[in-house]
Amino acid sequence: MGIFDFLRSRPKNTASIAKERLRIIVAQERNARGGPDYLPLLRRELLEVIRKYVNVPPEAVGIHVEREGEHDVLELTVALPEKPVPGDVAPESGT
Amino acid sequence: MTEFIVVTSGKGGVGKTTTSASVAVGLARRGRKVAVIDFDVGLRNLDLIMGCERRVVYDFVNVIHQECTLRQALIKDKRYESLHVLAASQTRDKDALTREGVERVLNELRDEGFDYVVCDSPAGIEKGAFLAMYFADRAIVVVNPEVSSVRDSDRILGLLASKTRRAEAGSAPVQQHLLLTRYNPIRVVSGDMMSVDDVREILGIDVLGVIPESEGVLAASNAGVPVILDEDSLAGQAYDDAIARLLGEERPMRFLDAPKKGLFSRLFGG
Repeated sequence: MGIFDFLRSRPKNTASIAKERLRIIVAQERNARGGPDYLPLLRRELLEVIRKYVNVPPEAVGIHVEREGEHDVLELTVALPEKPVPGDVAPESGT
Repeated sequence: MTEFIVVTSGKGGVGKTTTSASVAVGLARRGRKVAVIDFDVGLRNLDLIMGCERRVVYDFVNVIHQECTLRQALIKDKRYESLHVLAASQTRDKDALTREGVERVLNELRDEGFDYVVCDSPAGIEKGAFLAMYFADRAIVVVNPEVSSVRDSDRILGLLASKTRRAEAGSAPVQQHLLLTRYNPIRVVSGDMMSVDDVREILGIDVLGVIPESEGVLAASNAGVPVILDEDSLAGQAYDDAIARLLGEERPMRFLDAPKKGLFSRLFGG
């Protein structure tokens, strides 16, 4: 690094960006590992159905398969937005 | 007791064959009886890195298809007599390998009293890579400090935990080691490259060694002399440390810090 280098703007620390991105994607892929092959498709179709009623982002739908004794348990979680998002495609309710 | 070691990575071009050659030589140099097998059928390269490419008569696929004996196909290394190379076929396709065939060859190596069999995996997660890892007792996962390599390695770790003989039998899992290659401490310090701790944290397995990016690696492959034999190169020294650790020795990690700069180069760049 030369004496005038500090005048140039330092590029962002790309290594920490890489680490953060990997941490997320690796955790996600480990979660999906070992599950049945149809899970990604099931998740996508569920997301489409849910979006007919509530506008949720893709990551709001979580699918996990867990083994409990003799059975595999399919656990489905959908995180709903706190307030209705403008442009919500959900049908009007209560009126 | 024969130990089967797979050198694998998922991603191509990260240094699997360089590593296989140096691991095999490093173990043989310590007096072990070693065979190193190229599983990259159709894209044979281990022979070049080992410097025995002109002595290949029969290959791994010939042995599997019983067109020759194992003894005929094993190429004796000229430097260490306890080291043998089994080349991949250059002409067949990857379906030429079968699980039964590979198992038979590995069993024969075990019966011949080999201490270590190093399996050099092809890139990818197809048949060759699957068979290279299937019988493994130990895996050396070669990783570059770079996003696609780390992600692919994690995929490989998943396969090692589920698609190997040990996993299927429910016996002790394949021992997994991380070997970081093409490490550039200067770029790590400047924040342009993930550090060994970053990669270890993401993958969650122990680090067998860190091989610094080194001109010695290209020079070694040019010459057909595995880089571990180049004692002047940092990569060669780092591989030797890794082999010592593989055999249970404690060795501190070297070459992780950027070389210190003098006042002159700090002021005026360089």
